[in-house]
Amino acid sequence: MPRQAGPPDYRSDPFPEIFRVSVQFLLQQCLIGLTNGALIALVALGYTMVYGIIGLINFAHGDLIMLGACLALSLVGALGMTAAGPATTWVGIGGLVLLCGLFCGLLNVAVDRIVYKPLRNAPKLAPLVSAIGVSFIFMNVGLFWLGPADKSFPELLPSTNLLHNDALQFTWKDLLVVLIVGPLMVALSVLVKGTKLGKAMRAVSQDPTAAALVGVNVDRVIAATFFIGGFLGGAASVIYGLYINTIGFQMGFQNGLYAFTAAVLGGIGSIPGAVLGGLVIGLVRALASAYVGERWTGAIVFAILIVILVFRPEGLLGRRVKEKV
Amino acid sequence: MATHRAPRTFSPPVPSSGPWGFLAERWELVTLAVLAIAPLVIPALGGALGGQVTNLFIYCILALALNVMVGYTGLVHLGIASFFGIGAYCLAILTVPMYPFQIGFLAATVIAVLVTAGTGLALGAPTLRLRGDYLAIVTLGFGEVVKVTLRNLEQITGGMKGLNPVPPPGAGVTLAGIDLGKEFAIDPRWFYYLALLSLAGVVLAMRRLENSRLGRALVAVREDELAAQAMGISATKVKLSAFAMSSAVAGLAGCLYAASLSTTADPNAYDFNRSIMVLCAVILGGLGSIPGTLLGVAILVGFDTVLAPWADSWIQQMNINPKGLSYLSFSGWRLAIFGVALVLVMRYRPEGLIPSRRLSAELHKGGAES
Repeated sequence: MPRQAGPPDYRSDPFPEIFRVSVQFLLQQCLIGLTNGALIALVALGYTMVYGIIGLINFAHGDLIMLGACLALSLVGALGMTAAGPATTWVGIGGLVLLCGLFCGLLNVAVDRIVYKPLRNAPKLAPLVSAIGVSFIFMNVGLFWLGPADKSFPELLPSTNLLHNDALQFTWKDLLVVLIVGPLMVALSVLVKGTKLGKAMRAVSQDPTAAALVGVNVDRVIAATFFIGGFLGGAASVIYGLYINTIGFQMGFQNGLYAFTAAVLGGIGSIPGAVLGGLVIGLVRALASAYVGERWTGAIVFAILIVILVFRPEGLLGRRVKEKV
Repeated sequence: MATHRAPRTFSPPVPSSGPWGFLAERWELVTLAVLAIAPLVIPALGGALGGQVTNLFIYCILALALNVMVGYTGLVHLGIASFFGIGAYCLAILTVPMYPFQIGFLAATVIAVLVTAGTGLALGAPTLRLRGDYLAIVTLGFGEVVKVTLRNLEQITGGMKGLNPVPPPGAGVTLAGIDLGKEFAIDPRWFYYLALLSLAGVVLAMRRLENSRLGRALVAVREDELAAQAMGISATKVKLSAFAMSSAVAGLAGCLYAASLSTTADPNAYDFNRSIMVLCAVILGGLGSIPGTLLGVAILVGFDTVLAPWADSWIQQMNINPKGLSYLSFSGWRLAIFGVALVLVMRYRPEGLIPSRRLSAELHKGGAES
């Protein structure tokens, strides 16, 4: 490899061009990372809430989101949203988020009722393996729905830059992610911290038996948790389609894995942890793709996960749980 | 507990009398004898079918390796295929003409098994204090890291092309006037016997392990780690041994796999899907049960290589599916069938088809404590 030109002369220009460009590049990557991270966080919440309440790694969550994206694609086609004007598009996107959220939420509740509920007192391996089974079933449904090849999701939003700056790109799509994820997070924290249901959820996650003793309907709280996790996943599926623009029946596994990594990283069971973990994973992914290479991203993310688990097994914001005999 | 129960015995049961009792107790020997005679009687085993059965044996070895972790020790391992892959690539690096080593198959296998065992220890040592679910995710992540690394280190692993040609075992060795390498290359029955012999060896080793001090310690750690430690068992040592044994046996399976295909195939052969399929086989057959594991693999591989093609060709003949729609073909339902099978087995028979005597009691005790 030929040697690069010598180091830039910092004395004549305090901010040489190369430095400015690289800082702009870094900022751009961080912006991409944070937007992606918000999306990951939305999915991670579904994992972390279910884990927090019944201690189940819901392997099917990623594939649930894949099914939500299938529904979103079908709805976009059926409603003819590609031809709609800007105002109708935004209303339509709101409707999509609501419908896909309801679909995924109800599907999640149904799966819990049929598959996981009978296994509440079974050893831990049983629901985990059942979740892998459910994920296979979902994948097969997605295969029939979409076909074996990846499908492109129509671009509903213009990709004009909202910042009057050539160096930094922040498009309508990025704004959409912020506009949907932000209110959902606020609503979730209000629900968990401020309502009776939220209190019941926190009680069940601490001790289901004690919660039942003081009159909490544990089954209903668990169903509500599955619904909320599924609803957030459904919203994430719509954003995913609009933001990434490609969906396929196998997308659930990879995305689910990233989101689950985020949940574990933040401390599984912790809601702020999932958000933080999602943002961190998004940043790591974006920076790794930009500076190391796209093809190493997966390895880097999981290597970081392993290192974090080794040194801080309870995650960034998780509580350490003492094991009892 | 008020009721007094007889203590569960861990000693092998007294052989029951009669010819069927003998068969039931000595099922390994009977199966081994049948499988050993089969290629001499069934000429089809000298062709493509022989290769498929060899593959089945290799998956059986892999499943038995996973069984050490998941079945005996109760550690959920979602990355067994990565050790399978490390074994295969080690063997390939030591034998392919591209590299200067080019040592014999036996020596290469020994080194590859040692390397995979070492990798298992290296992964296990820092992660052992993690609780069950976290360990599952670490092994899953490790599997992804290995796959991505194998794919991207093109100078070393050949990238998506894999490493080939892996020479057949015994290349250049002449024994009693037979050129072994040539024989292995021509007649698949040589590989059949090699895989069968290895499988028999692994089954024997597992049988010995089950009834050894270490094997009982593995089960004790699975049942209750703290109680086992109170009994003087070092949980760390025991879990590390499980990691090493499981990785080593998976590495052996990888060596056989690469040698029998004469290539490592592309890194996607060692991804999460394979790990999960092997895990499904172990769970379906019965966690911690040797005959169960073998049966589980036979069912899954049989489903993929025998039942699905047969049902597809039947549908083709009946002309039910002229447009080639995926939901009208049998293999289009493959994932759903696996999924439903897993859910149903966990719901109604969590101990598997042939339960291990030790495990069935544990799974049926109910109760979420521990």
